[in-house]
This record gives sequence, structure tokens and C-alpha cells, in this order.
Amino acid sequence: MAGLTAARCGLPKESVAENGASPRGKVLTIDTMNPTVKMVEYAVRGPIVQRAVELEKELSEGRKKPFQEVIKANIGDAHAMGQQPITFFRQVLALCSYPELLNDNTFPEDAKSRARRILQSCGGNSMGSYSASQGIDSVRQDVARYVQQRDGGVYCDPDNIYLTTGASDGIVTMLKLLVCGEGLARTGVMISIPQYPLYSAALAELGAVQINYYLNEEACWSMDISELQRALNEARGHCNPRALCVINPGNPTGQVQNRKCIEDVIRFAAKERLFLMADEVYQDNVYADGCQFHSFKKVLFEMGPEYSNTVELASFHSTSKCYMGECGFRGGYMEIINMDDDVKAQLTKLVSVRLCPPVPGQALMDLVVNPPQPGEASYDKFIKERTATLSALADKAKLTEEVLNTVPGISCNPVQGAMYSFPRISIPEKAVNEAAGKGQQPDMFYCMRLLEETGICLVPGSGFGQKDGTYHFRMTILPPTDKLKILLSKVKEFHQRFTKQYS
Amino acid sequence: MQEMSAHVRTNQMAALTERAVRIKRMLEQGVKKPYKDVIDVSWGDPHMAGMKPLTFVRQVLAACCYPQLLDGDNLPADVKRRAQKLLRCCDGGSVGSYTNTAGIPAIVESIAQFISQRDGVPADPENIWIHPGSQMALMNILTLLVNSEASPKSGVLMPVPGYNTTALSVKTMGGVVAPYFLDEEHGWALRADELRRALTSARGACWPVALYVINPGNPTGHIQSRKSMEEVIRFVAENKLFLLADEVYQSSVYDANTEFVSYKKVLCELGPPLAHTLELASFHSASKGFLGECGLRGGYVELVNMDPAVMPYVQRLFHLASSPPVAGQIALEVMAKPPQPGDPSYPLYKHETEHIRSTLVDNVKRVLQVFTRLPAVSCQPLLGGGFAFPRLHLTPKAVHKAKEAGMQPDMFYCARLLEDTGVFVRPGCEYGQKEGTYHIRFCIMTPADVMEELLRRLSTFHLQFMKDFS
Repeated sequence: MAGLTAARCGLPKESVAENGASPRGKVLTIDTMNPTVKMVEYAVRGPIVQRAVELEKELSEGRKKPFQEVIKANIGDAHAMGQQPITFFRQVLALCSYPELLNDNTFPEDAKSRARRILQSCGGNSMGSYSASQGIDSVRQDVARYVQQRDGGVYCDPDNIYLTTGASDGIVTMLKLLVCGEGLARTGVMISIPQYPLYSAALAELGAVQINYYLNEEACWSMDISELQRALNEARGHCNPRALCVINPGNPTGQVQNRKCIEDVIRFAAKERLFLMADEVYQDNVYADGCQFHSFKKVLFEMGPEYSNTVELASFHSTSKCYMGECGFRGGYMEIINMDDDVKAQLTKLVSVRLCPPVPGQALMDLVVNPPQPGEASYDKFIKERTATLSALADKAKLTEEVLNTVPGISCNPVQGAMYSFPRISIPEKAVNEAAGKGQQPDMFYCMRLLEETGICLVPGSGFGQKDGTYHFRMTILPPTDKLKILLSKVKEFHQRFTKQYS
Repeated sequence: MQEMSAHVRTNQMAALTERAVRIKRMLEQGVKKPYKDVIDVSWGDPHMAGMKPLTFVRQVLAACCYPQLLDGDNLPADVKRRAQKLLRCCDGGSVGSYTNTAGIPAIVESIAQFISQRDGVPADPENIWIHPGSQMALMNILTLLVNSEASPKSGVLMPVPGYNTTALSVKTMGGVVAPYFLDEEHGWALRADELRRALTSARGACWPVALYVINPGNPTGHIQSRKSMEEVIRFVAENKLFLLADEVYQSSVYDANTEFVSYKKVLCELGPPLAHTLELASFHSASKGFLGECGLRGGYVELVNMDPAVMPYVQRLFHLASSPPVAGQIALEVMAKPPQPGDPSYPLYKHETEHIRSTLVDNVKRVLQVFTRLPAVSCQPLLGGGFAFPRLHLTPKAVHKAKEAGMQPDMFYCARLLEDTGVFVRPGCEYGQKEGTYHIRFCIMTPADVMEELLRRLSTFHLQFMKDFS
């Protein structure tokens, strides 16, 4: 039976389970399971996080550790680290959840009128109704208006807006649409190295070919067209490259692409007939002087009809990052440009299978694109809260870069945007060998030790991809400033200790 | 006619849906029609049909979104306690944080207790995974089972009539749907001999890996007898199939003499070896039943008897979706742990749920009454679920007219029904049916007055339609 199933898979026969027994009559075994699932890994929630959770448990049980608390600086979760939600957004969500509160005069009028408008667009005036699978109509229109305004008047068609369950949902859906073909014609998708591991995991699950293009660490993690070309040319030999994914501002690297670079990428995509996927969830998280967010769509249209009529683009945004940090609500949207009509019909079918995105997330997205305006009751508070959050992040970005760069053996590119630092660390030869002995990547070994000794949970660079022989970790800039300072000094101490121990 | 491509049917259904939206808008703008509103019962969506959410659910949700409400006097003490408990479980005390991939552990624990109480068999929280709706959970499990690179393709046995979204999921991941026909003459029962026939037939076209059952049934309203469930269990065991049990309508039982029993319970009561070896995934959600919170997207899967070697991969696959929406998780928490006697919110909760229950029981009675009296329509006993699925006995003239219009006869009926009365229901061709039979499906989870009006318009239309095509 096992031989039959292996042959069916078209893969080399897997070695039988260690106990040598037939798989207890199970239908779903390692051998019979969809083989692509085996390739899926997701470092951000991987083994180091599992260990961090174990340590938290041990601490809560009173076990003695060299630290008082586990600090999860691994995941881009702002609220988990103490960032406060925007009051106005939460007021409207509460009103939408329990409309009785519309009679409560502790809520401002503008929150109430937003809530009424949202509820009117819901079936039965309830957030509990399914929405259309593409998302609530009026929300999509509001998103289109926002995009148009953001992009200096470039027209946005609400029909091209799909609301999604967080940006991840949109990204995975688009990849599903793009991936096809067999053997040498199998779809190849270009992703940046380092990358946000959702992409590699999704490509693995879909059985697509991952085409790595390296970001230039020496030039502040910028994209390099010659490198894109190299990666593409090489890939053409063994797959059919169809898409190019860009994250801007970057995760984990934090770089904010300049306008010229975006134009070059668009020209490259046009020339090589690649579908552009622009992950722009950090679009409000821009800190460095001289850096500015340029949406791919805006640049595309400003390059004129030769490009704007032909280049196929999907851009993604979400409620999880920026100044909102509302990861739990799973709000997001994607805008699709120049997609072939038949493919669009397929996309519509694909999204209908998951019924609809969570309505509270849609409501939240509506508020993000339609925030309080000057003159409205909640405007001042809203601006105050938003400014405070974004400027705190900017300060922490600077602080992180500065402190890490004082550590011999750690070098950190400026954190121009997003929510992470991705410093390069030097790991002594002895440590590299010990890691190999344990079957671990050197930076995983490093991060595990850091966790055990300081309670700080980071994600090793190997989870994101990096040039061979280089090591990194990704650390969020999200903890409150005083905690961040402690964190950074502990990392510094640890690095010095570690380096000394293995010299 | 049966060969009409699924593609064309999909387009016609989309067109019908658009037409319903268009008519709604026209009415809003004051255009005169022979009816004052569209009655949209095309979805299994209680709130859309006019049912109200449970107060306790929404109060807890509001307090979690805006914890300042906990300082006020407007919310009952048990709402505050529950919201505080949930907020304590959230990182940073905020529902805006990511949660564990499987869901907030305390909520998963509540669900485990709910299952244990329901079945009298302990449920392990480690086997429970919250998802944005049960369909997403089902898709994830199908991703494990369906090997898109295999030849022959993986097959999943699915009921006809059956919920079309699930069938579409299987196809989009490169699997094959192998249909088994439910027995209309016997209340849409699931027959073992039909399962055997379907399996044999499927083996020619695919490699069957799983059997999907939905109990209570959508669209049929059938509830399986324990004997039938045992037959299914033995069938999957004998034929090495993974059992997928969609039980989202488990709270929707209307017949006084019928009881819902979970597949897990039946399996456990069959004892070893089956109880310890048969692989089962059972699905539930906050979208139906008393909560009706379709839009919040809260569902879960309980996995039973999985191969431990497979579980790490299951986890990694689930991680891809990051965390399930927190509003849906909160709805599941309340579904699993509703207010209890003695709690301040209990009287209202009891009142609301009893009102929902009696409304639906009455709706079902009325539906069956009306269809018994109307000519050229018949309806099997409606034991549970969310829908009525009556059979239309259309005349050859009507069938012919439909053909001329390039439509399935029941699609044609639905289009005319919408146009003439504003009632929007779905045609049986969307779900599959025996050739030459025609049905409509409509949601019965509506307020009583909506149901009354619906039945009035439908009856009038039906009599006229049968007259026009006699």
C-alpha cells in the first residue's frame, strides 16, 4: 500500500516510519498527505516561539530563570507590546457590535454616524450577516476614494478592490491564481531575500517554484535590477517565472524604496512580463529623513499609459500595522490593476469559496480609509494618538539602529520604515560548529541561547533567508521605549558574552 | 440540459443575485413594484433575514472592543466578567493582538468543555483549531488530504444535493468530487448501498480519500439516525476514507422526536477498535444556530484519531492563516459557554433563545403546512438545518419554456419568482439533484412575519405559475 501511494505521488518513496510498522491503518499519513504541505515552514511562529511559550509557562509556575519575563520581540504585533488602539476606531466597533450603545451619550456623534453608516451597509443592519465575498460595497468605495487621494488623484475603480482577511489572505489568494503548470512550465515567483516567510510558505504549499533575488545589504537593503535580472535569467531554465513580489516598506529589512527604484522595478516587470505583487502594509510606517512611501500604483500611472495600461499589479494593505496595529481583527484589502477579465472571474470564484472576510475587519478598514476629518468631534484626539504612535515608532527605530551599531560584531542598517530591525551578527567559528553539531542553523543556535539566557525571543535570519555565510536576527521595534532600551542592552551584553565564550 | 456547463449556471446565479440587488435599489429609490421589498432568503444568514443577534454576545464583543465600557454602569456584571476574562487572555490586554494560531487558549478550552458536555466524552483542546469560519477549516483539512500532484486525482465523496461552496473548494485544490445521492423519497436519507455504489463508481475516476457528510443537512434539513451514522462510520473504516463531518447546524433541530448526536459520540460509543483508530474531522461554527453570527467568521475543527506524525505539518499549515479573527473567537466563546441559570444575563438569554427556537419551529410547521396544501409542490420532513428544500413538480410546458430561455427549469422559476414577487430563493440545480427533478432552497431562519409574507407571496406566485404553464 505504501509503495502504491508513493508511486502515486510521483515522488521517491519515503522511508517507512521509524517504528517500521504499517501506519496503524491511518488514511492520512506522512506518505499519503499532500506532499506540498511537508515543505511548509513559517519561522515567525516556529520552534523558537514554541520554546518561548514553554519558558513563559515555566516562569508562571515559579521556576527560576535568569530573567523575569519573556519578551516576544519576534512578531509584528504592536498591541501585544503595549501600543494603544485608536480610540475612535474602537468606539465605532463597539457601537457596531452593540447598537444599543447608540443611545449612550458618552460616545461622540461622529463615531455614532460612522457606525450607523456601516450598519446600514450590512445585511439586517448587523455585523453578523455575510457580506458579498468581495467585501461590503460602501467600504470598497471608501477604500477606492482613499487610494485615489493617497495617490494624488490617480483614479481607483472600486471594482478592483477586494476586501480580505488581513493582507495574508489576499496574497495567498493571488498566488493561488498565479501558480499553474507542470515541470519546466511550473510557475516561478520572485521573492526578495530576506523575505517575510508567509511568501515562501505559501509557495511551498502551492508547489510553486521560489525564485530568490537578494536585496543589497551594503546599500541599505535596496533592490538591485541587475540582481533581479540574474535571478530571473537563472530561473528561466527550470520554471516559468510569472510574478515578482516586493515588500515596501520592507519586512524584515525596513528599507523604504526610493521612487527611482520603484520605476526601475516596474520597467523590469513590464519588460519581463511579470505580475507585480506589491505588499504595502507598512505604508504609514516611514521614519527616516529623506524617505517617503511611494505606492506602486501611483508610480505606475505616473509613468504613462505604456506602463499603466499593461503592467499587471496587485497591491496589498491591512489594518494590522501602521498606526492601527489591529492584527486581531483581520482587516485588509487588495487592489488589482490590469487583470485579464477571465482571470478576474476566476479570482471572484476563488474568493467566494471562503464566503466573506470578517465584517468587523471590513468595518475597521473602512475607518482606516475614512478617519475623522478636521472639524469633526474626534479629529483632535485621533491626530494626537496617531502622531504619538508613529513618532514613538520613529524614535524607537532610531534608538535600535544606534544601540545595535555600538556592539562590536553587530551591524544594523538604518530602520527606514516598517517595524523591525534586521541586524547582521557575526558568529564565531566555534559556535557555527556547535550549531552544526546540533543540526541547527547558527543564527537559530544564537537566538535559542539568547532566549534561554535573557528571555528575549527574536527570529533568526535563517527564517527569512540571507546570503550564505551571513547571519542575522529580526527584532521588532515595538516594545515600549524603556523596555526596548533594556532589551537592547541585554542583547548587547549577550552578544559580547557569546562572542567571548566561543572565541 | 444537465450538460449545461457549471460555468453558465454560475453566471446565471450571479446574474440573479445582481438582479436582486438591482431590485432592492430600485425599491429604495421609490420605483413602483407589485411588492414593497425584496425578501432575500437565498443565504443561510439569519441576521440578513431579520433575526436579531444575542444580546450577551454583542455586549461582550462591544466591551472587548472598547474596554472603557467596563467602567460604566450599563453592562451586566457577567458581561463585564466575561470581557475581562477574555481581555486578560489577549496579549497586551487588547483584542487587536494576534492570537495563537489555534485560537485563544481559554476559548479553545471552553470549546473543549462544550464538546465534552455535549458528547459525554472528553475532548482534548490540543485537537481543536479555531478558524475564520468552518469552511476555512474544511479547506485546510482538504489541503492535507487532496494531493494535487497525484494521478489519479484525489476524490472526496460528497452528497447530492449538497452545499456547492464545499464542492468548489475540492475542485479548486485539484481534487475530484465523487457524488453520492441522498434518497429524497425517504426524507433525504443517506443510504449505505448508495455510498457503496458511489465509491465503486468513483474508483474509476479518482482515488477516493475522504467522505464528507453534513448533518443536519444543507439543503435537505435531514438529520441522520444513529443507525445511519454507524453505517457511515463502518463504511469509511472498511474503505479507508477520512471522515469529514460538517455539523454546523447541530443546534438547529426542529422536530420534537429527533435528536442531534455528534459523529464523535457515535464513534466513541461504538468502542474500540474503531473509536481509537477512525480518523474524523468535525466542524462547527458560530454562524448558525442561535448566534447566527456569519459575518464574524468564527468556526472550528475538532480532529480525532489523527496520526501523530502528521500533526506537526498540520500545525505548520494552519500557521499560514496567522490567527483567526478575534470577533469570531469571542462569538465561539459565548456559544460554548453561554450564560447559566443564576447569571444576571441568563433570563434575557433564555428569553431570546427560546424566542428563536419557537420561531423556527413554527416556521417549519408553517412551511410544511403550506406545501402540503399547494399543488405541484412537495416537501420532505424538515427535521433540522437552516433551509427548506421543497420539490417543484413542473409541467412539461414550464420545462420547455425554461429550455427556450437557456435556463434550468428551477432557475427559470426562481428568476420569475424574484421578478414577480421580490422573493429571492435559490434553485435546486445549484446543489445537484436527480435528473428531471426540480427544487428551490430558502432559509427558514427568519422572523415569523417575514416567513408568513414569504409563504404568502410564494403561494400566490406558485399557483399563478402552474396556471400559466398548465
